[in-house]
Amino acid sequence: MSDHELRVSKIRNGTVIDHIAGGQALNVLAIVGIDGSGGDAVSVGMNVPSDRLGQKDIVKVEGRELSQDEVDVLSLIAPAATINIVRDFDVVEKHRVERPDQVVGVLECPNRHCITTEDEPVQSRFEVLEDGVRCEFCDTIVREDLAELIVD
Amino acid sequence: MRQDHIISAKQLSRGDIEEVLDRAADIAEDPGAYADRYEGTLLGLLFFEPSTRTKMSFSAAMKRLGGDVVDMGTVESSSVKKGESLADTVRVVEGYADALVLRHPSEGSAKMAGEFVDVPLINAGDGAGQHPTQTLLDLYTIRENAGFEDLSIGIMGDLKYGRTVHSLAHALTNFDARQHFVSPESLRLPRSVRYDLHEAGAEVREHTDLDEVLPELDVLYVTRIQQERFPDEDEYREVAGEYQIGEDTLAAARDDLTIMHPLPRVDEIAHGVDDTDHATYFQQAHNGVPVRMAILDLLLGGDR
Ligand SMILES: [Zn+2]
Repeated sequence: MSDHELRVSKIRNGTVIDHIAGGQALNVLAIVGIDGSGGDAVSVGMNVPSDRLGQKDIVKVEGRELSQDEVDVLSLIAPAATINIVRDFDVVEKHRVERPDQVVGVLECPNRHCITTEDEPVQSRFEVLEDGVRCEFCDTIVREDLAELIVD
Repeated sequence: MRQDHIISAKQLSRGDIEEVLDRAADIAEDPGAYADRYEGTLLGLLFFEPSTRTKMSFSAAMKRLGGDVVDMGTVESSSVKKGESLADTVRVVEGYADALVLRHPSEGSAKMAGEFVDVPLINAGDGAGQHPTQTLLDLYTIRENAGFEDLSIGIMGDLKYGRTVHSLAHALTNFDARQHFVSPESLRLPRSVRYDLHEAGAEVREHTDLDEVLPELDVLYVTRIQQERFPDEDEYREVAGEYQIGEDTLAAARDDLTIMHPLPRVDEIAHGVDDTDHATYFQQAHNGVPVRMAILDLLLGGDR
């Protein structure tokens, strides 16, 4: 049993999100909408040693697989993350996140004069830039604190 | 012009722009040739915030093409007040008119509205966002007075919230233009516009002091600094005074400097400047009609 598996217990069915930049684990939990109240078992390892990242965070969620939307936003905050789908203690799928060209309906525009923040039948839409995102309606560019814009 | 709607100056290529300006010049030359072209055609005017002049200018343009307008009226007296969404409003009104003009206080409103309608939609100003038809008439005026060859233009005033500035800056990246932005630090260009200018490889410089660049300018485009942008009145007065143009300011300017302003002005250009050869803002305002006639003609399919 390796060092970090001792710190973060194995799961039977669910998702392991690995190679999250150190300190970002709680933002990742915010993206997948997990605050502990749902009853699922969640393990979080923060700042564990990593060959690739120096220090990394790791999140294991029992009984839950991520949707593509969740993975898309995850990629903005944790571009180096790998996602492992676990079924019956085995990793059945393993992939790196990929940054999409666009995220739809997952972030709220921080510009309070933007039409997407009003009561209109339209989803927010952000173009993904190299170092941030940009609202396709009002052009606002956001580079910091993306996790705070995640739609509840 | 291969456009369904006119939403943002960013969507306009140099070819699109020149097509509009050439058509506008043609119309200005011989307005009679266009007088009956759109008989029976209706333009829907949806102004969610007051702008008498822009509205009149579109209205005049449509009527001079032989068409007519239907007007939503003021927001206070319409169903908008009862909480109807913009998406619903435009879907209803597209049944009444052959094209729509939208002025709305929210950024991105025209883009959203355009996704709900099949008739051509023209953005006549969306919050601090874009005002592309103003830009086309600005470009028409620049071409008439200074040309686009080796153009050096100063854009001064409220660059942060000024939608006419954002649209113009984007459009000028299509031409051989050096853009000098002059503003107080707190009203400099927004990050998104600076990003686009950088991406387009535009030649751009930012200044807080007009004196640094005035002598080399072909065109000076002045906009209003609004008092409500400042936390207190003293701070506003201190800043605003530095960005006023008087006859004495112009001593350092070239003889052929063209001064423009999207109007209305308050006191950023002294009335003494009006009688000089530099003043071009009334000509610029008058150009609104032929340019908007050209836009309508191209959007409604003129030659077809
Ligand atoms: Zn927005």
